[in-house]
Formats: sequence, C-alpha cells, structure tokens
Amino acid sequence: MSASPNGAPAKLPTFLEGFDVIADGGLPAGRVTLVSGTAGTGKTIFAVQFLVEGIRKSNEGAVFVTFEESAQDIRQNMLSFGWDIQRWEDEGLWAFVDAAFAPDTAGTIAGSYDLSALTARIEHAMAKVNAKRVALDSFSAVQGQFPDLGTMRAELFRITNTLKALGVTAVVTSERTHDYGELTRSGIEEFVADNVVILRNVLDDEKRRRTVEILKFRGAYHQRGEYPLAIIPDTGLVVVPLSANELRQRSTEIRITSGVEELDRMCGGGFFRDSVTLVSGATGTGKTLLVTEFVKGGFEHGEKVLVFAFEESREQLTRNARGWGVDFQKMEEAGQLRLRCQYPEMTGPEEHLVQMKALVQEFKPDRVAIDSLSAVERVTTPKSFREFVLGVTTFLRDHDIAGLFTATTPQLLGGSSITATHVSTVTDTIVLLRYLERQGEVQRGITVLKMRGSMHDKSIREFKIDGSGMHIGEPLVGITGVLSGSPIYRASDPGA
Amino acid sequence: MLLKLYVSGELPRSVTAIRRLREICAGRDDCDVEVIDVLAHPEVAEAAQILATPTLVREIPLPPQRILGDLSDIAMVRSVLNLSPPDTEVSR
Repeated sequence: MSASPNGAPAKLPTFLEGFDVIADGGLPAGRVTLVSGTAGTGKTIFAVQFLVEGIRKSNEGAVFVTFEESAQDIRQNMLSFGWDIQRWEDEGLWAFVDAAFAPDTAGTIAGSYDLSALTARIEHAMAKVNAKRVALDSFSAVQGQFPDLGTMRAELFRITNTLKALGVTAVVTSERTHDYGELTRSGIEEFVADNVVILRNVLDDEKRRRTVEILKFRGAYHQRGEYPLAIIPDTGLVVVPLSANELRQRSTEIRITSGVEELDRMCGGGFFRDSVTLVSGATGTGKTLLVTEFVKGGFEHGEKVLVFAFEESREQLTRNARGWGVDFQKMEEAGQLRLRCQYPEMTGPEEHLVQMKALVQEFKPDRVAIDSLSAVERVTTPKSFREFVLGVTTFLRDHDIAGLFTATTPQLLGGSSITATHVSTVTDTIVLLRYLERQGEVQRGITVLKMRGSMHDKSIREFKIDGSGMHIGEPLVGITGVLSGSPIYRASDPGA
Repeated sequence: MLLKLYVSGELPRSVTAIRRLREICAGRDDCDVEVIDVLAHPEVAEAAQILATPTLVREIPLPPQRILGDLSDIAMVRSVLNLSPPDTEVSR
C-alpha cells in the first residue's frame, strides 16, 4: 500500500464529519482499524457510515460483513440516517456478507474447523463490488458463535491478514464491557489491529456524554484524547474537533453596531464583526433586551440574524420585543431573522452544537445570538459545556459571524456567574448588567468589563428601559463596589 | 437423507471430513451426499450462510441440522444425524 515519504502509512479519508481532523486525514490506508466500545456507543453506525461516505464521496465499493444483526435489519435501521443501502446494492457498490447468528445456522461441533468459508465469501463479495472499504461488525459476535478461543485467534488473524494483502482499508468493531479498562472481552482483537479507535457513552454527573478517542495508529499521527461525539438523524456520527480548530483565529477591524448607540460609544465604536460578546447579569437586568437591540441593529443594516432561545418561547420573545418597539415578525417575513426556540433539555450539548452549525450554514446569518448559555449549562457537565462554548465561538469566528451570548448570574446584586467564569476567556467582549440600589430605589447599571483589542469606556452607566428599548445615561460617579454587589456611596457626591 | 458437505479445497481437514462421511454412509442406501468446495463456489456458501469448513448440513429430513468440524467425532455425528451404528455392532 502507498506510504508517504517519511514512511508513515497514507491515510484514507473516512469523510465522517470532524473525524478526519482528529485522525489527521483519515484511517491508515490499507490497514485494519479496530473500533471498540460498549453497547450503544455507535460502533455499527461508525462501520456503516465509513462505507456509506466512501460510496457517496468517491464511489468506492463497499463490503459489510455482519455477524450480529441480519443484513435486512441493517438495511432497515440505517434508513433513519437516510442511507439507502438497498439502492447501492442494486448499483453494485455495496455487498453484504450475512454471517449473523441464526438458530438454523447453529451447529454441533464434531472435530476441528476453520473459517475459510467466511474468508472465501468476503473475497467473493469484494471482487463483486471492487471493494476499497470493508467493515466487519463485530468480532465479539463471531467469537460467540465459535467457542474455541485458540481457533478464533488464528482465524481472525488470518482474516485481517487477507484484508491487508488485498489492500483494502477495513474497520472491525468489537464490544467491550466497560468504557474504561480492558479494550475487548477476549483480548484477541487487539492483537490483530494496528489501529484502535474507542467510542464511549459515559454517564457523567447524571448526564450522558458521547466521545471518540483514537488510542493508536501504528506509525501515523493523530490527535490525542477524547473528543465529543454526536449521533445526528439524517447525518450519522459527527465528531466535534475542538482543540483542532481552536488554533485558528482571525481578527478584523470592522465594527458593527450593538444596536444601542451609547453602548457602541462605550465599546469604542461598536463590537468587532468576528467577535463574540458575553452579556452577563441577573434575571431581569435586561439581557434579552440587549439581544433584541442586537437583532434590531443587524436588521437596520440589512444583515441577517439568527437567534437561539433556550429560555423563552417564540411568542414570549416576540411579545417582549414588541414591548421595546421591535417587530420580530416583520423581520422574519423579510427573511432577515430566524428564531429557533428550544428547551435545552431536548438533547445534549453536542447535538445542539451540530444542529446550530447546520442552521448557520443553511441560513448564513451575519449575527448569531444565544439566550442564554446558562440554560445549556444547566443540562450539561462542566467539560461538555466548555467544549460547547468553545465549539460555538470558534465556529462563529471562522465564519466571520458576530456572536452575542447571554449568561445569568445567580445573585440579584453583583456576584459573578459560573457561566461567565467558564466562558469569559473565550469571549472577546464582556458586558455586565447589574441591579443597583440607590436612594432606596432599584436601578440598573451597565459596564463594559473587557474588550479585546479595543479601547473602551470603563465607567459604570445607569440605564433605563422603556417602550423604545434601552437608554444608557451618564456614568455613575461616587459609587464603588458595584461589581462585588455591595455599592458604597461617597458622602461628598452631590448626587447622593 | 440429503447431506451437503462444505469443504475448502484439498486441505487435510477437507480430506478427513470426506473420508469420515464415507465411513458413516457406508452400507447405507439412503445417503445422498453432495460435496461443495467453498473456494470454487463462494456464492453457494454465501447463500447457505456457511462460515466454517468443514460443515456438514443435513438438508433432508427436516429440520436441517448442521455439524461443524472434520467429523472426527463420529459418535457425535451419528447422534446428531440420528443414525444407528453399523449393523455389525447392532447384531452384537
């Protein structure tokens, strides 16, 4: 098989979204890769999708050897991902070797045997479709059919050698009993594969989390560690390669309006076009109002805005906006606004991320708002959440999209938000909204805490909300301790 | 009785299995035996869902019975096929 000049095996792109990034190009070409995982981690989907993408992207013939489910079950189950295997079989691009256990194929053992019939069938199927990709699902199931471990070890070794000799790139799945620890039940498969990929579905803090890890590629480079994985209807497995795209960062000098003139002035002329802004504040301080202003600002400049609302319904959002003099309905009819309202509990953060990316690619907005990140945080683990924020942030930057995220602080007066501490390092601008108690009255204050790459107003301003939105007033002088939540007023301040 | 024996080429196991099956059927006139080489006819192995060789399949009478291996365990083969040992042993 072909190899690169430095002797490392060439890679065959799997075309599984995100996987080739962490695999540094794909699976080692002409080799066998073991895909190991506990029940329900998506091994069969990985194996099928590896073949499907080969057919779709480069018309490569595919052979699927099934030891567990019948070919008919696989045809049926994979339709939910939009994969019409029957059609590819008819077109001569796909062949099954159906070696699934069935009561009428079970046999009594009376002497020594080998699996040369299976090898002959695989070779026959490969010749029929001129196969470049082969998947065997799963080695654990074939071992269940034949109790003799010694024979099995020799036979599986022979099958993988046959595949290597024929130059195909193969995926072999095997089931393990635990997400961490021993790789396979019998330890046989590890001997036969140079390359190992692990799929996991772990319960972490009462929440399910799917990951993929490349344990080893003999002699070839790959990214290390676990990466979030999602199983998406109509798509299949999607890997979220975070640290891989973390490295890319571009910055532009182009400013855009926040939707509030005075806030633009506080930010030195507006937000940067490819920047992400975090708005942090207690409930009712005006976060959703800032989102609404952000939408309006985009609309008035002929831009398209996409809003992901995790806390309020479309009706609530539209009604609130109307109360501030903003007509969401008109914007939607003009095709410049799309509201996507969903409860964060509907699915995991990885799935949210993938769906958000898909919607962004379809709608092609200039601005994206998320209201609020705290709602997503509520249903996820800290690690998943950080990866989610990082994933969204880098994706938006890569596409030159301005982002505005909100986060809710737990205390009404001051205090920091858990969300904010997690995401502040990945956002470019942080705007704080706070309640202030002053002269026996509750007022609202706004300040730009940080703005990467720009001068900004460091004062705390009072602001008011009325039927035409947000109105930022003069800086609050003679007042300290707003951020910590216990403001102190100097007696010499004539206003106090 | 219709028996199909799937073997792979001329391997020692194939040869052993064919010889044992002859012994089992010796002196019986109700044994129809068909030997299939899976290397020459993989599509037949595919249709019959054969994984291991040698595999002996009793097609008739129903239900079908499968025996894996080179048939060196003759007692087991006879018991699965429900065949009595050769006449000489019965008369004893």
